Amino acid sequence: MLYNRHYSTSSHSREKKKKDLMNFLFYLFSSLTLLSGIMVIQSRNPVHSVLFLILVFFNAAGLLVLLGLDFFAMIFLVVYVGAIAVLFLFVVMMLNIKLAEINEKRLRYLPIGGLLGLLFLFEVLLIVDNDLIPLLIYDNIQAFTEYSELQFVNWSSAIHTITNIKAIGNIIYTYYFYFFLMASIILLVAMIGAIVLTMQKGIRIKRQQVFLQNTRDFAKTIRKIS
Amino acid sequence: MDLVKYLAVAMALFLLGIWGIFLNRKNIIIMLMSIELMLLAVNLNFLLFSVYLDDLMGQLFALLILTVAAAESAIGLALLVVYYRIRGTIAVEFINLLKG
Repeated sequence: MLYNRHYSTSSHSREKKKKDLMNFLFYLFSSLTLLSGIMVIQSRNPVHSVLFLILVFFNAAGLLVLLGLDFFAMIFLVVYVGAIAVLFLFVVMMLNIKLAEINEKRLRYLPIGGLLGLLFLFEVLLIVDNDLIPLLIYDNIQAFTEYSELQFVNWSSAIHTITNIKAIGNIIYTYYFYFFLMASIILLVAMIGAIVLTMQKGIRIKRQQVFLQNTRDFAKTIRKIS
Repeated sequence: MDLVKYLAVAMALFLLGIWGIFLNRKNIIIMLMSIELMLLAVNLNFLLFSVYLDDLMGQLFALLILTVAAAESAIGLALLVVYYRIRGTIAVEFINLLKG
């Protein structure tokens, strides 16, 4: 623990620079996430809304990279952007929606919505303030300024490193394989459901019926009328 | 890592989702997108506590929530397409006329 004390000042300043960079990236990603989240629900055109949703997912993936969850950042990009957002874009393009009629009386639900939001915010802040502030914040205490830049080293993780995807694979295929199977069944049911819902057997659509086509008698179809 | 900052982002994203559902009562596509935003915020919360508490169950839960989110959006958009095919519009306000 606290090994940085014996290091040179260059390593010290490098740690500080890295911390500043992480803070900057965090503020960049989070502010972009929130701004484009606002644009998702406020933009007039649904296509712009979908594009801002993609931007939200990209920035959330950036936040996950900052947390060290690289596998989940990639999965977020693949699943959310590659599947969900493209699906939304496809549906928005397929159904032509008139833009003008959509948002009239935007602020009609603001009082009750704002009330519920403030209530929720208050409840969450009640939890956050009491319990989740970590006990050892050296930055805020003046008496510990000498130790303010000290970093704790998790030696077990420094020696025995395992990547994120490997750790998840180690538990998801062994102890929790039941959840994995259930997830696959959920995806299968969703796929079959979407296909069954959107497949239309209309009367107007002419389909090829092979059996009728093969059993059709030539002598009865074309005949010379004399 | 700083838990509270990340938690504030996830909570604000969740509130944006709720706000989108409350404000856009006309457009059901934006309501579905708000549901996606809320699921994203919940997922971020799970991942955040998973890193903070050094427990892998949170990441497993996040994976399952991701699966359910994908399935939910696929089914919801399929229902939307069917509704548009029946009614010719996707206005939410007359959707209760569908009941038998």
